[in-house]
Amino acid sequence: MSAIVGAESIHEHAEVHEHHHSQNFWQKYIFSEDHKMIAKQYLITGIVWAVIGISMSVIFRIQLGMPDSNLSWLKPILGQWISDSGKLDPNFFLALVTMHGTIMVFFVLTAGLSGTFSNFLIPLQIGARDMASGFMNMLSYWFFFLASIIMFASIFLQTGPAAGGWVIYPPLSALPQSHPGSGMGMTLWLTSMAFFIVSQLLGGINYITTVINLRTRGMSFDRLPLTIWAFLITAVLGLISFPVLLSSVLLLIMDRHFGTSFYLSDIYINGEALPNVGGSPILFQHLFWFLGHPEVYIVLLPGLGITSEVIATNARKPIFGYRAMIASMLGIAFLAFIVWAHHMFVTGMNPFLGSVFMFLTLIIAVPSAVKGFNYITTLWRGNIVFTPGMLFSIGLVSLFVSGGLTGIILGNSALDIQLHDTYFVVAHFHLVMGAASAFGLFAGVYHWFPKMFGRMMNPTLGQLHFWMTFIGIYAIFIPMHYVGIAGFPRRYYQFTSYDFTHKFMDMNLFITSAAIFSFTAQFIFLWNFFYSIFKGKVAPQNPWKSNTLEWTTPIIPGHGNWEGEIPAVYRWSYDYSKPGAKEDFIPQNIPYSQTLESNFPHENELIASEKDIEAQNFNDQFKSAH
Amino acid sequence: MENVQQLNIKEEPEETLSMDPVKFILWLFLVTIVMLFASQSSAYLVRRAEGNWLEFQMPTIFWYSTGVLLLSSVSMHWAYIMAKKDQFNQLKLAISITFALGLIFLAMQFEGWKNLVDMNVYFVGNPSGSFFYVFTGLHGFHIISGLLVLIFAMIAAFRLKVSAKNMRQIQICVTYWHFLDLLWVYLFVFLLTFN
Repeated sequence: MSAIVGAESIHEHAEVHEHHHSQNFWQKYIFSEDHKMIAKQYLITGIVWAVIGISMSVIFRIQLGMPDSNLSWLKPILGQWISDSGKLDPNFFLALVTMHGTIMVFFVLTAGLSGTFSNFLIPLQIGARDMASGFMNMLSYWFFFLASIIMFASIFLQTGPAAGGWVIYPPLSALPQSHPGSGMGMTLWLTSMAFFIVSQLLGGINYITTVINLRTRGMSFDRLPLTIWAFLITAVLGLISFPVLLSSVLLLIMDRHFGTSFYLSDIYINGEALPNVGGSPILFQHLFWFLGHPEVYIVLLPGLGITSEVIATNARKPIFGYRAMIASMLGIAFLAFIVWAHHMFVTGMNPFLGSVFMFLTLIIAVPSAVKGFNYITTLWRGNIVFTPGMLFSIGLVSLFVSGGLTGIILGNSALDIQLHDTYFVVAHFHLVMGAASAFGLFAGVYHWFPKMFGRMMNPTLGQLHFWMTFIGIYAIFIPMHYVGIAGFPRRYYQFTSYDFTHKFMDMNLFITSAAIFSFTAQFIFLWNFFYSIFKGKVAPQNPWKSNTLEWTTPIIPGHGNWEGEIPAVYRWSYDYSKPGAKEDFIPQNIPYSQTLESNFPHENELIASEKDIEAQNFNDQFKSAH
Repeated sequence: MENVQQLNIKEEPEETLSMDPVKFILWLFLVTIVMLFASQSSAYLVRRAEGNWLEFQMPTIFWYSTGVLLLSSVSMHWAYIMAKKDQFNQLKLAISITFALGLIFLAMQFEGWKNLVDMNVYFVGNPSGSFFYVFTGLHGFHIISGLLVLIFAMIAAFRLKVSAKNMRQIQICVTYWHFLDLLWVYLFVFLLTFN
C-alpha cells in the first residue's frame, strides 16, 4: 500500500523519454523494468517504512523515558494497545521493539539502501543500458512489495505483530502459547521474510551479473568506482547468506506448523510437557547469525561505498588508497562469515571456541581501521565543499569510528558476559550499523537526487537536517552506553521497579528527549525531499563536478540512459585536482590523449591502448539479443 | 569473491563482456541452492553431534532412485549432443526420456517416504527422521522446478527451436539438470554416511 502512494507521487513528475518507444502508465511507473524507476520505487517504499519504523522507536522511547506518563493521546493510533489508564500494553511494547528492528534492518537499510542505490547506480556508473535482466529486477521489487504488504498487515492483527525480537529466537517464536505475537503475527513475519529473501536474491543475482558482464568499454575492475565495488561485494554477501536464513526460517516453519522438533526440546507449559523432544534452540541461533552477521555488512557496505564516492568528489581529491579500500571491503566480507558466534558467547559455548571467535572478530578492526584512515586522509588538505551529502558522509565516518570502538569491547568474550543484551549493545550497533548506514542513505539521496529527479534539494535545509540529526544521534547513543554498562537489559518494558535503575531515570528521559529531537529533524528531510521532487531548482548537468559516468547522461536520463553510444572509459574515477589539469576534475570518459598536460609518465604509455579500447565490443545490451 | 579478485589482477585493456548474462544468472542461482543445502547439512551435523539421534537404515529404493536420476543425466547429455548435431528426432526422444526418468525418480522418492513410514520413521518425531524428509523434500521440490525447465526445453525441441545455432535454452536446461543430479548424489552420500 505504502509503495502505491509512492509510485503515484513519482507519476506526477513528468519525465522525458526521447529515443524509446512510448510506454503506458503501468509499464512506466508501476511494473517498470527500468532500473532508475525501480530504484525510485525502492527509495519511496524505504522512506515510508523508515517513517513507520522510526515512529515505533519514538513510542517505546517515550515508554522507557517517561514510564509514568499518560499515553491516552496515542489512543487514536494504537487503540486497544493503550489501556484505559493510559498505559502502553507490555506485550505491544515487545512487538514495537521487534517490528522496529525488523523494519529498520531489512526493509529500510537493506531494501531501501541497497535496493535504491545498487539499482540506480550500477548501470549508470558502469556504463550499461539497464540491469542484466529488467524483468527479474521488476520481480525483485514486487516480491519486496508483497513482503512489505504482509509485514504491514501484521501490525494490525488483534494479537499484534511478531514480538520475539527481530532475531526471532525459538522457543519464544516457535510456540504460539508463549506470547500473543507468536501466533498469527509470527506466521506473517515468517511469510513476509520468505518473500523478502526471494526479492533480495533476485536483486543480488542481477547486481552481480550486471557488474561483471555489462561494463562498458575500458571499464576494467580497477577503474570501477568504489560504490560499485561496495554494491558488488554486498550482493555477494547477500547471495551467500540469505539462503541460510531461508533455511533456518524453513525449519522454524516446520516446527511451528507441522510439529517437528528441530528447535524444540523438553518444554513445559503450565506444568504440562510438550511432545517435542530432541531439538536444539541453539541450532537456530547458529543458522540465524550465519546470515545475521553478514547482514550487518550488507547494511553497512553500500553506505561505505557511497561515502567513498561522495568524500572524494567533495574533497576534490583522489580517494586515498583505492586498492586498499577494495581489499579492506573484501577482507570485511570474508571475515563477516566466520564471526557469527560472537553473538552467542553466553549460550554456553565452549570457552576455547569463544576465544577463536573473539580473535576473528577483533581482526575486523583492521580492515575497518584501514577504511577509517583512508577516509580521513582523503579529507586531509582537500578543498572540501560542505554539501549536505558531504556532511552526511563525514558524519558516517564519525559514527563508524565511534561505534566501531565499542565493537572492540563487545567482541571480547569475557567482557561480553557483563554487556550481553544490555543497552551497551543497543548503543553500539545503532551507531555503527544503524545510524552510520542511515547517514550513508542520506548522503546518497542528497548526492544523487539531481540525477534521480533532475532537480536539486535545498542545501540549507539539508545542512540543518544534518546538524540536528548528527547532534541528536550522539545525544541518544552516548548516554545509552552508560545505561548499558550500569546493567540495563534491552527489551525490558520498564525499569521503575529495580533499585539499581532509579538513578538513571533522568538519563533515560534525556535519551528519549534526544530521540524525539532527532525524529523531528527528519521531517525537514521529508519536506525537502518531496518538495524538491516537484519544485526544486532544476539541476545542472554535473552539479558536483564529479567524474563518474552517470553525470554524462542527459539531466533526466531516458530508458537506456545514454542517447547514442555508451561512452568508453579511459581512466579511474578519482582524477580530482590533478596537477596541471585545466579543471579540478577529469571525467572517466576523457582519454589520456586529450589531457597531455596532466598525464603522469605511465599514463602517457596508456594512450597507445586507447585504440584497443575503442575497437572493443560496444557491450550494448540493446543492440544484442538479451 | 575470489573470482572477482582474480579479475582485478588482470591488466587492461580487455573485452569486458565475459559471459552470457542469462547463463551467469543461472550459475549464481545455483550458488544460492548450494548455500541452502550447505546450511541444512551443517545444521544436520551440528544437531547430530548433540546425541539423542535416531539411527535407521535408508530404504533400498533410494539406491534405485539414485540410479534412475544418474541415468536421466546421461539421457540429458545425449539430448544435448544430438541438439549440437541437429539430430532432431533423437533430440526429441532423449529429452522425453529424461523427462520420464525425472518423473519416475520423484515417484520413487515418494515410495521411499512410504517405506520410511513403514519403518516407523516419521516426519514428526526425532530430528534425524525430520531432517531426512526435509532433505529429500527440498531436493524433490527442486526436481519439480527442473522438470518445469525441462518442459519448456521439450516444447522448444518439438517445435524444432533447438538446434546447433540455438543452444542457449538446452544449455541452461542441461546445466540445471546435471546440477540437480549432482546435488542428489551429494545428499545421498551425505545421508548414507551420517545416518
